[in-house]
Amino acid sequence: MQVELRDIRKYFGRVKANDGISLVLKPGKIYALVGENGAGKSTLMKILSGYQPPTSGEILLDGQPVRFHSPADALAKGVGMLYQDPLDMPPFRVIDNYLLGRSNSVRLNYKEARNELEGLSKRYGFEIDVHATIDSLSMGERQQLELVRLLAGGAQVLILDEPTTGISAEQKEILFESMRKMTREEGKTVILVSHKLEEVQELCVYAYVLRRGQLVGEQELPCLNEQLVEMMFGQVPKRSQRPPFAVREPVLELQDVNIETYQITVPDINLSVRAGEIFGLAGLEGSGQRLVMQACSGLVAPAKGRVRLGGQDVTGWSYHRLQKFGMAYVPAGRLEEGLVAGLTLTEHLVLARPDKKFFVDWKENRQEMAERITTYQIVGRPESTADQLSGGNQQRLLFSLLNTPLKLLLLEHPTRGLDVRSSDYIWQLLYKRRDHGTAILFISADLDEIIEHCDRIAVFSGGVMSRILDARETTAEELGHFIGGQV
Amino acid sequence: MTEAQTSDRSWLIRLWPLVPIVAALIVTSALLMLFDASPAVAYRAMWDGAFGGQDKFLSVLAFWVPLLLASAGLVVTFTAGLWNIGIEGQIILGAIGASWVALNVTGPAWVLIPLEIGAAMLGGALWAALSAVLKTRGKVNEIFSGLALNNLAIILTNYLISGPWQPPEGGSFRGTTPFQSAALLPRLFESRFSPLSLILAFAAVIAVYYVLRGTTWGLKLKALGKNPYSAYLLGVSSERETILAMMFCGALAGLGGAVRVLSWFDSLRQSISGGIGFLALLVVMLAAYRILWVPIIALFFSIVLNGSITLQLKTQLHSALGGILTGLMVLFVLLFGSAKQLGIGGKPGTAAGVPDVMPDELPAGEIPPELMASSYPEVDVEAIHE
Repeated sequence: MQVELRDIRKYFGRVKANDGISLVLKPGKIYALVGENGAGKSTLMKILSGYQPPTSGEILLDGQPVRFHSPADALAKGVGMLYQDPLDMPPFRVIDNYLLGRSNSVRLNYKEARNELEGLSKRYGFEIDVHATIDSLSMGERQQLELVRLLAGGAQVLILDEPTTGISAEQKEILFESMRKMTREEGKTVILVSHKLEEVQELCVYAYVLRRGQLVGEQELPCLNEQLVEMMFGQVPKRSQRPPFAVREPVLELQDVNIETYQITVPDINLSVRAGEIFGLAGLEGSGQRLVMQACSGLVAPAKGRVRLGGQDVTGWSYHRLQKFGMAYVPAGRLEEGLVAGLTLTEHLVLARPDKKFFVDWKENRQEMAERITTYQIVGRPESTADQLSGGNQQRLLFSLLNTPLKLLLLEHPTRGLDVRSSDYIWQLLYKRRDHGTAILFISADLDEIIEHCDRIAVFSGGVMSRILDARETTAEELGHFIGGQV
Repeated sequence: MTEAQTSDRSWLIRLWPLVPIVAALIVTSALLMLFDASPAVAYRAMWDGAFGGQDKFLSVLAFWVPLLLASAGLVVTFTAGLWNIGIEGQIILGAIGASWVALNVTGPAWVLIPLEIGAAMLGGALWAALSAVLKTRGKVNEIFSGLALNNLAIILTNYLISGPWQPPEGGSFRGTTPFQSAALLPRLFESRFSPLSLILAFAAVIAVYYVLRGTTWGLKLKALGKNPYSAYLLGVSSERETILAMMFCGALAGLGGAVRVLSWFDSLRQSISGGIGFLALLVVMLAAYRILWVPIIALFFSIVLNGSITLQLKTQLHSALGGILTGLMVLFVLLFGSAKQLGIGGKPGTAAGVPDVMPDELPAGEIPPELMASSYPEVDVEAIHE
């Protein structure tokens, strides 16, 4: 089935998640859709799978314009999507789960369903025990079941969102083999949404690259990873000369830190960030850099290794204890993790200040917040609620709530979604912090930003940290090299 | 929306809690007419049942007090985003605590009563703490632990009544021996109403008002209720505040339980709470979680439920009419939601960049309305008769 997207736009308020994307997907091929987080990949795929309608634009299947009312409707018309987290019901048996999405009759025909399920499994080399319960299956097996359900539902176009996260290497091979079979032998269309460029290169024949809601490039595969990285992140301009920071004592030291989650293992991180230094962590989302940052903040406990802060061994300290010790963490999702929608700016200030009294002195706090509003150029009043502020103002609010002095400041995407002026202002604030001797460790998806503002950089790929690079001597090409996983 | 438009509508927001009440009255009237009964006569009978005599009105007040105490406590837990369904059990444990003192300690009233109140508040608080610790340490939702602990509390009462605390003349399954008179709260004109208990209840309401408005702790609870993860990152210890909020509520509920045994009854009875905890949940929801509305709504509930007791004597209608009326109100509350959700309160500022995330108004969405509805019928109107 040939899929054509024509000028798809999806706006959320002022945010253009998809800004006029047109592309064609031919039957019998595996396509890759790549781009950084927030580039608009998920939005586009949710539109194509009927999860949400576009603001404007057209979807054509085999030349016929279609409109999807729901994911089930999209599947009936031939488009199925495999989500990163399978949409199954853990306590159910495999067969019940399968029937749930398949049969609308009052009496369930178990025998027929079992034959269908087993037949399809066999064809694609899956091994699913129909009588097992879902929660006893591995992630890979649940994924296989979901795939079979989509295929039985008549999917001619399959969208796979990060399908290799959390599955074994063996299951990955089976999955890839089944996808090749579906396209080559059965003429289905497959779209792979992935951050892992190696896999994209291995499996796909053609890549579409999105950036900031727009289609910025397309590329026959395989190609050099750098070509894709360049399209994903944009051209990196020559950076301006910056005075080097004065080398001072180390503030944050990580020694042989190992972090293990069910998705990824981050082995043997050795890192030292000095007072007044800005240290950048680059890499595609989910490559382990966020975990390292969370290990520094006490939100994630390392499986092995030591963390030292200002000479003190703080391994295993809780987040709140580290906070009192002079660590601050500014996460990426401002309203989800950081600010509380519905609370006023003054209320945020009361919560964030270290010296809390039993009774709140509202007058004093309101005055203090008014001062900070002026200092940090926040457009809002002390009695505005955090959700009434725009993104840039929310970010400035988060910075205004940071305590002084700070030993260590951890930042995730400090300027994501901000315009040039707002970003610049944030960096001025950060430079001021750095002059006071705060060590800054930050994650960014923006290679320009990392090269421009950092003193040193480490790149993560699949959980592995590269050697530490001097920002003045590295190039975007070199970073792209490391991001692609080639060391 | 301009400032002027917002203030034009502010009266509507302020009076919003009355809307479900009016809607419920209308539907109940329609229901009565369907059965060829006159709504006017029925409401008149209800009015007489509540205000037709000093004893009746004192009954209304006596029923109001424990309801008010439990509701005031629930405002605190709701603010922290907790569904303290276990409040019923906390009332019962308060009653058991007070009864223990009343049965085992002898002394003058000025010694006994503070002791009883202390034991009741402690009992309720510890029972609530159990739910809270199960939540923070065992990841058990407080709704489920609360329901389980409610049943355990009832079983414990039955055991005490038919076992260790049964009257010497033999267990009747109805209650313990009446307490010594020094143990009972001083009551007005042979009624069940104790002015002291009303003073305590008002003190509780004022305390809750100031805790939520003026203290850092109250602010922490508010943050916790609106966004636990952000609150955590801002430095709020969710475990500590969850346990404290539950214990605060449990203490007030326990005090309510003490009022039940020490002034409504004179002994520990089988259905000692009679569903007051569940009623309090409805009161607080109807008050849209605002403490200043709680006394009014609670009084209204007390009037309706007490007023319908004598309904059957005067009309051919069953006393369950009061239950129907209050039940409908809650349905309308769930149906209408808060004024803001309907867009009457003006649109909350749309934050750029986070289009999909609607800020949660209140601890909404955590509990399916079906569950709330099913917990309602446990309100035991019969217990009011006793």
